[in-house]
Amino acid sequence: MSVIYVLLAISISVAIIFFAAFVLSVKNGQYDDAYTPSVRMLFEDELLTDTDEDTLDKQEIKQTESTNQ
Amino acid sequence: MTNKICYHCGDQCGKDGVCFDEKEFCCNGCKTVYEIFTSNGLSKFYDLEARAGTTPNHAPKKYDFLDNQEIVKQLVEFDEEDIQVVNLSTPSIHCSSCIWVLENLTRLHPSIKNSQVDFPKKTIRVTYDITDFSLKALVMLLSSIGYEPYISLEEFNKKSQKKNRSLIYKLGVAGFAFGNVMLLSFPEYFEVQEFWLDQYKQVFRWLMFIFSLPVVFYAAQDYFLSALKGLRSKLLNIDVPIALGVLTLFLRSTVDIIFDLGSGFFDSLTGLVFFLLLGKFFQQKTYSFLSFERDYKSYFPIAVTRLNADGKEESVQVYKVKVGDRLLIRNQEIIPVDCVLIKGGAEIDYSFVTGESQAIFKESGDKLFAGGKQLSGVLEVEVLKSVSQSYLTELWGNSIFQKDKVSNFQSLTDSIGKRFTTAVLSIAIVASIFWMFYQPSMVLNVFTAVLIIACPCAIALAAPFTLGNMLRIFGKRGFYLKNTNVIERLAKVDTAIFDKTGTITTSNKDVVNYEGIELTDEEKALLKTTLRASNHPLSRSLYNILKTNDIETLHEFQEQTGLGIEGRSKEHSIKVGSARYIGRETIASHANTAVYISADEDYKGRFVFKNKYRDGVKEIFDELGRTMDIGILSGDNDGEKKRLQKLLPGKTRLLFDQKPKDKLEYIARLQETNKVLMVGDGLNDAGALAQSDVGIAISEDINVFSPACDGILDASNFDKLPIFVRFSQKAITIIKMSFILSLCYNLVGLYFAVTGQLQPVVAAILMPLSSISIVVFTTLMTNVLGRSLNPIQNNDDEE
Repeated sequence: MSVIYVLLAISISVAIIFFAAFVLSVKNGQYDDAYTPSVRMLFEDELLTDTDEDTLDKQEIKQTESTNQ
Repeated sequence: MTNKICYHCGDQCGKDGVCFDEKEFCCNGCKTVYEIFTSNGLSKFYDLEARAGTTPNHAPKKYDFLDNQEIVKQLVEFDEEDIQVVNLSTPSIHCSSCIWVLENLTRLHPSIKNSQVDFPKKTIRVTYDITDFSLKALVMLLSSIGYEPYISLEEFNKKSQKKNRSLIYKLGVAGFAFGNVMLLSFPEYFEVQEFWLDQYKQVFRWLMFIFSLPVVFYAAQDYFLSALKGLRSKLLNIDVPIALGVLTLFLRSTVDIIFDLGSGFFDSLTGLVFFLLLGKFFQQKTYSFLSFERDYKSYFPIAVTRLNADGKEESVQVYKVKVGDRLLIRNQEIIPVDCVLIKGGAEIDYSFVTGESQAIFKESGDKLFAGGKQLSGVLEVEVLKSVSQSYLTELWGNSIFQKDKVSNFQSLTDSIGKRFTTAVLSIAIVASIFWMFYQPSMVLNVFTAVLIIACPCAIALAAPFTLGNMLRIFGKRGFYLKNTNVIERLAKVDTAIFDKTGTITTSNKDVVNYEGIELTDEEKALLKTTLRASNHPLSRSLYNILKTNDIETLHEFQEQTGLGIEGRSKEHSIKVGSARYIGRETIASHANTAVYISADEDYKGRFVFKNKYRDGVKEIFDELGRTMDIGILSGDNDGEKKRLQKLLPGKTRLLFDQKPKDKLEYIARLQETNKVLMVGDGLNDAGALAQSDVGIAISEDINVFSPACDGILDASNFDKLPIFVRFSQKAITIIKMSFILSLCYNLVGLYFAVTGQLQPVVAAILMPLSSISIVVFTTLMTNVLGRSLNPIQNNDDEE
C-alpha cells in the first residue's frame, strides 16, 4: 500500500477534526454574540480580592470625612 | 453648581445636585448607585468609562406582578429546584462599564450565581438561587442600579425560539469542501503525463466526488428548493439557472470521472456554492438590538393590578382581565385596555399610540384608551373592553400583519434571472444543434459546458454585496433597515405619505403662545421660580422657554400630582396647572395642550403648547415633491391645516382625523396605482406601515420604541430621508452595472463552452475571478457612494 493513502487519510482526518470543532463551536453559541467576549476579556481579573478590604475601609473613612465637611 | 456634571451619569447637575464623597451627582438616585457600587468593590465601573451610569427610576410597586408564580414561570428559562435562569432585556446597556458591572452582579447579592451580558442584543442572563431571592428581587436590584429590565407582554408569549444557524453550517460545509477539493484537484490542472499522477488520479477524483456530495445535497439545497418553488408558480427566478448550473456541474463531473473522460468540475462546483452562500451570509446583516416585528405586545404590561370586590389588590395576567373589572393603574404604568376613569387625576401620555408626547389630562368619567401611559398618581378604572378588542389592539386582527412583503416583490435579480435563463437555454440548444451536425460526439459536452459556464454566480452576488454594504452604510448614519430587500423597494417608491404628530413634529421643543392678560414682571419671576421647583415635563419646557432672569426664593411650594403646582412668595401666590385646578372651564381648541395660570386666585391666561416641526421638514417635502406624490395622513383634527399648507408644497395632500384603520385603507387604495412609502412613528401608524411598500418608523430613541416596520430612522437624521431614497436608487444602478460586468465574463466563458474547449481549469479560474471582481466592484462603488454621506457623530458604539 502506498504511503499516499496514509497521507491522505491523515490530512483529511485533520481537516475533519477542525471542521467538527467549527460545527461544535457554532452549536455552543460561540458566534451568537461576537462583541461582548471581546470586552469581557479585558476586565477578567480586575475584581477586588479580599485583601483589598483595607482600601474599602479607607474609602469609608474618606466618606465620613466628606460628610463632616 | 449649575455647570457641574454628574459623576455617575454625565448629566448636568442643576439645582438638585448632590455632593457626596467629593463627587457631584445630579440626583439622589445616581448617588445611591455610586454608593452601592463603591461599597461592593465595583468602583472600577467609573474607571472603565467615565460617567457611564444611568439614573435609576423609582416605581416601587411596579413589579408586584412578579410575586405571581404563574407569571414568573412563563418568564424564566430554566427552573429546577432552587435555581432559576432568566434572560432579561435591558435597554440601558450601552458601554463596557455596563457589561462589567452587570457581569459582577454576584457581588451585589450572594444568591446571584452568574450573570452574562449579550451586548449586541442588550440582554442579560442571570442564574440565581431562589431560597432567599426571587425574580422580583432581581428586577428591583437591577432597577436600583439603573438597569431596569424591560418586561412586556411579548416576553410572556415568547416560546423558546431556536436560533437558526443553518446558514453558518452550510457555509462551513461548503468552505470545508471547497478547500479540500481545491487541493485535490490541483495536480491535474497541469495535465502532465506522469506516472504517479496517472496511478492515483482515480483516488483523487473519487475523494473530490465524496466531498462535493454534502455541498450539493446539503449546502445548496436552498437553491434547489427555491428554484422548484419558482417553477411551480411559473416564475423563472435567479435560483433556476443556479440550480440548473449546480446540477449540471455535479452530473457532468460524475459522468466524467466514471468514464474517465476528465477530472470533472468539482472545484468549480464547490467554489460556486461557497461564494453564493458567502453572499447570502453578507446580506444577512441584522441589527439584533432592534426589533422590526413589534406589535402592541412589546409595550403592554404582563400583568395589572385588579381590585377585587372586597377591595383587595391582586396581580392578574392582562389576558385574564374581563369587562367590568376594576383595575388600579399606578404611576408610569401603561393602560392595557379601553376603560372608564373612576377615580384619580389622569395624565395620560399617548406617545406610544399617536406619537404625541405631551400628556393629556382626563377626569373621572372620561374614557381612556389602551396604550396610554399614566404619568402621575394612581388611577382606578373600570374595564370596557378586553385586551384584544380595544381600539388600538383591534388593528392587529387585520390580515396585513401576516403578509410577507419580500415574497410579493420581484427583485431586480429575479427579473434578470428570467431573461438570463431563457437566453442561456437558447444558446445551449443552438450550440448543441450546430454540433449535432458538425461532430455529434461533442453535443453533450457543449450543452453542459454552456450551462456550467453560464451559471450566474456573479449576477447572484451583485445584489447581496451591493445592498448588504448599503445596509451597513445606512446603519452607520442612523437608518436601520430590516433587510436588503427594503433598499430595492425604497428605490421604486413614487409616493411618500407622512404621519404628522411625532413624525414631522418634534417631541420636545414646543412653541408656546400666551393667551390672556399680560403678566407683570413680578408675576413672571414668580412663575418661573415656581416652575423651577417642579419636575413635570410641561413645567420643564415652559421654564426653558420663559426668559426671566430673576429667581426669587419661594416661601411655599405645593405640587398636586396630576393637577398643577402652586408657589407662594411674600404676599403673592401663583397657580399653574390644568383648567380644573385653576377653576376654569377647559377651552376646547384643537386639542392643543394648555397650561393655565392664575395669580392671587385671579385667572390670568394660559400658555398653549404647539408642536414644532422638525428642522428641514420644508426642504424634505420640497425635495421629495419634485419626484414623488406627497401627503400627510394625520390622526389629529385639522387645527394645523393652515400652518401646514403654508409650510409645505402646494401639491401636498392633507388628510386629518384618520383612524388607524383609515390610514391602512388609504394606503391600500394608493397602492392600486402607486408604490407607497409610509413614514410614521406611533402604534396608530402600524397598520399603514405594514400595508405600505416601505414603512419607515421615526424614532427619537432607537432602543426603546418603534412599531413593526421595514426600517427605523433615527429622528436626528430625519432631514436625510431624501438622500437615503436617492442612494437606494443609486445602489440599483450599481447592481445594473455589475450585471453588465458579469455578462462580459459570461461571454468569454461562453466562447470556450460553445467552441467545445471548456477545460475544468478554465472554469475553475473564470468562476472565482468573475465572482471576486463583482464583489470588489460593488464594494468599491458603494463605499465611494457612502463616503459622500457624512456619518453621524454619536453612533459609534454599535459598529
